[in-house]
Amino acid sequence: MDLFFQLTLAGLAIGSIYACVALAVVMIYQATDHFNFAQGEMAMFSTFICWTFLGLGLPVWVAAVLAIGTSFIAGLIIERVIIKPVENAPVLNQIIVFIGLLMIFNNVAGWIWEFTIKPFPSLFPDDFGFKSELIGPHHMGVIALTLTVLLLIFLFFRFTRVGLAMRAAAANPDSARLVGISVGWMLALGWGLAAAVGAVGGILVAPIVYLEPNMMSGVLLYAFAGALLGGVSSPGGAVLGGLIVGVLENWLGQYVPGGSELKLTFALILIVGVLLFKPAGLFGRVVIKRV
Amino acid sequence: MDRPNPITKKLLIGFLIALGVGILIPQITTDFTTYQFTLAISYGIAMLGLNILTGYNGQFSVGHSAFFAIGAYTAAIMIEHFAIDPYTSIVIAAFAAFVVGFLFGLPALRLEGLYLALATFGFAVATPQLLKFDAFEHWTGGVQGIFVPKPEPLMEGLSADQSLYYVAMGIMVFLMVVAWSILNSRSGRAMMAIRDNPVAAATMGINLPMVKTTTFGLSAMYAGIGGALFTYSSEFVSPDTFNFFIAVYILVGSVIGGIATIPGVIFGGLFIVFMPNYAQDLKLFFEGTEGPWAAVAGVVPPPWAIFGVMLILVIYFVPFGVWGGIERLWAWTKRRSAG
Amino acid sequence: MAFLEVKGLKAFYRQIEAIHGLDFSLEEGSITTILGANGAGKTTTLRAICRMIRTEGEIRFDGQDVTGMATEKVVQLGIAHVPEGRGTFVRQSVEENLQLGAYTRKSKTEIAADIERVYDYFPRLRERQKQQAGTLSGGEQQMLAIGRALMLRPRLMLLDEPSFGLAPLIVQEIYGIMRRIRESEGTTMLLVEQNANIALNLADHAYLLETGNVVMSGESQVIRDDENVRRSYLGY
Repeated sequence: MDLFFQLTLAGLAIGSIYACVALAVVMIYQATDHFNFAQGEMAMFSTFICWTFLGLGLPVWVAAVLAIGTSFIAGLIIERVIIKPVENAPVLNQIIVFIGLLMIFNNVAGWIWEFTIKPFPSLFPDDFGFKSELIGPHHMGVIALTLTVLLLIFLFFRFTRVGLAMRAAAANPDSARLVGISVGWMLALGWGLAAAVGAVGGILVAPIVYLEPNMMSGVLLYAFAGALLGGVSSPGGAVLGGLIVGVLENWLGQYVPGGSELKLTFALILIVGVLLFKPAGLFGRVVIKRV
Repeated sequence: MDRPNPITKKLLIGFLIALGVGILIPQITTDFTTYQFTLAISYGIAMLGLNILTGYNGQFSVGHSAFFAIGAYTAAIMIEHFAIDPYTSIVIAAFAAFVVGFLFGLPALRLEGLYLALATFGFAVATPQLLKFDAFEHWTGGVQGIFVPKPEPLMEGLSADQSLYYVAMGIMVFLMVVAWSILNSRSGRAMMAIRDNPVAAATMGINLPMVKTTTFGLSAMYAGIGGALFTYSSEFVSPDTFNFFIAVYILVGSVIGGIATIPGVIFGGLFIVFMPNYAQDLKLFFEGTEGPWAAVAGVVPPPWAIFGVMLILVIYFVPFGVWGGIERLWAWTKRRSAG
Repeated sequence: MAFLEVKGLKAFYRQIEAIHGLDFSLEEGSITTILGANGAGKTTTLRAICRMIRTEGEIRFDGQDVTGMATEKVVQLGIAHVPEGRGTFVRQSVEENLQLGAYTRKSKTEIAADIERVYDYFPRLRERQKQQAGTLSGGEQQMLAIGRALMLRPRLMLLDEPSFGLAPLIVQEIYGIMRRIRESEGTTMLLVEQNANIALNLADHAYLLETGNVVMSGESQVIRDDENVRRSYLGY
């Protein structure tokens, strides 16, 4: 098969994982104007929870669903207990709380499950899709599953009462309260959903990068890059941004000399570049700054 | 808002006592403990840089490990490849970090709060990979890093660790005085005006871009000097030493000491280096006991998880940090005795 | 006991007291207006009823003390607030805005019927039902805000300057519709206005607010005929 085609497809696979994490980041950003620096570590932790369920002998899909459900509840609780007290605090204090969360998840994961790398099984059978040197059943499964998950989330936000209320609460909290929406719970629900979507990303990336407490640091940076590129005000844009970053990353690694060693630097340049020259991203709208 | 303390008689006395204790430390402890104090000082200097940037100028950085690394590597490369003496190397490292910080400050001008935090986060995460980059391997030693011999003692009768400690302490005192003088100068007032109200600062005729980028450079320079001293005391630099968690340590220390303070970094530095040991000792203590207490050892979380919790608690309850707390307590007792 | 009873109400923005011990009440089925100049505390009074700011004093709705409640709980009691600036959900469609108005209600068929009813009052909204609400004109957004409030099937409607920033013809149109709503639904309304003339035309009772204090109250007709009011507020 054509190398370029394979690279692109593999890029879409890894990109759809970035898309999951990017969507999680954007969901929280839209609701609360925060970048959750702990989103990656939360996803890593979710993946370890899945790993624990696997250790109990549960089938891989059951373990994954349980882990995603646990993450949803954990996300909800984290918002209510840890984030709520700093809702109106200065930005710096909020950033520090996120960094604190990041440290807690990273170290507690290392403490419970140790820092050694662990192989993690794919959710998909060996005969799923087709195989070649660069792509396998896992890649095909990742694309299929993330597209399904993202579609479900889209339908949820677009067509359900709670989805509409969540959008309303994020966009205009005062008005949302005036129609009887409990904005605080909508934010918590947003955190739960973000944690669940992040968990999907973690569970899907673990078979590729191996499971260990630091597995998400790079993924989170790409996800940030994807979210900004697509437009941090646009969930759909963030998903597309994640996909684009995944593909670009693969092309960069193959066609640019030394590119494979500078992937994170590339993500950094992308982040700073987008912030400077196209802060709304490709698909977002300009967020008016209030000074 | 928070401003550096005016120098009062009592503060000066406190400072001299602290200085005296500082001078005594290597005389009454082992070389290893002295080495740990040197580490605390190098982190403390980096925290001072972060305090100037974040606490006094209102620009966020969650990526000071990057500038720490630049100072560390510059010093190591100067010694390894150019045979420059370690003390001159610190000056060069400081300069290099200043330049990189200044340059990073240029895009930072257009990034507000959260976005600047994100950009610095990216810088810190990308740094180890950048240090491993093939094309730089001749200079950086790639994954292996560079060994740096501990500088020869400056005086007879001092061990290498003791000598380095005194050098580091001297530098820290000097840099604290420099920070204090800058913050109390016209430029310092401009920095704080920008933090408190950028629009008003601009209308007052303050050159915002110049002040902000220079502050970024200055802050990076402090981090770079800290990084160079860190290199000398640990005798070794490697890419993975300067991972994102170093940035977190610097931030944790700054916040716990008090991010808009100068003396707070002393507490911050000591906290970062020594608290993990105490937490470890506690665990070992429980492991050494018999019966139910031994089980406690199993549920003592690792120090950095505890610090994550502490960081969040500090932000909830004492966001001004240890030194900020001392200042407030001091002001309170004074008000009480006056009224 | 009156339908809405406010006693000794003080309201604060941070430390600053914006209204200083307000007393007023209104009866079920009536339309009451609070008149006053800019900064008199009219908006603050409405925000206080909906628990959007810190207050002291007593607010009873249908006998129930609401001062300890969260905004969304007050809304669940049946108090719909058409806020200052209209509070449009600009990124959502007109129809979604109306659905949000019925957020606390369950029956889908009733909600669908009520949306039709709102469209009957405001045919212009029907024309634009799929449009993003942020693209509507000011007058249309005001209609949408009133429609959104109606979707709650409110027992009490709080209206914050429905005439604000609108052309006189549009104001006439909106007040005409409000009159129709009153006639066919009998909704109790508390109306805050700077445009005293038009408000007094619609309302049964009026309170006159100056810098956070009630300076006059009574039947709309009486207030309108008062010499001072005429000179200061009605301008003829």
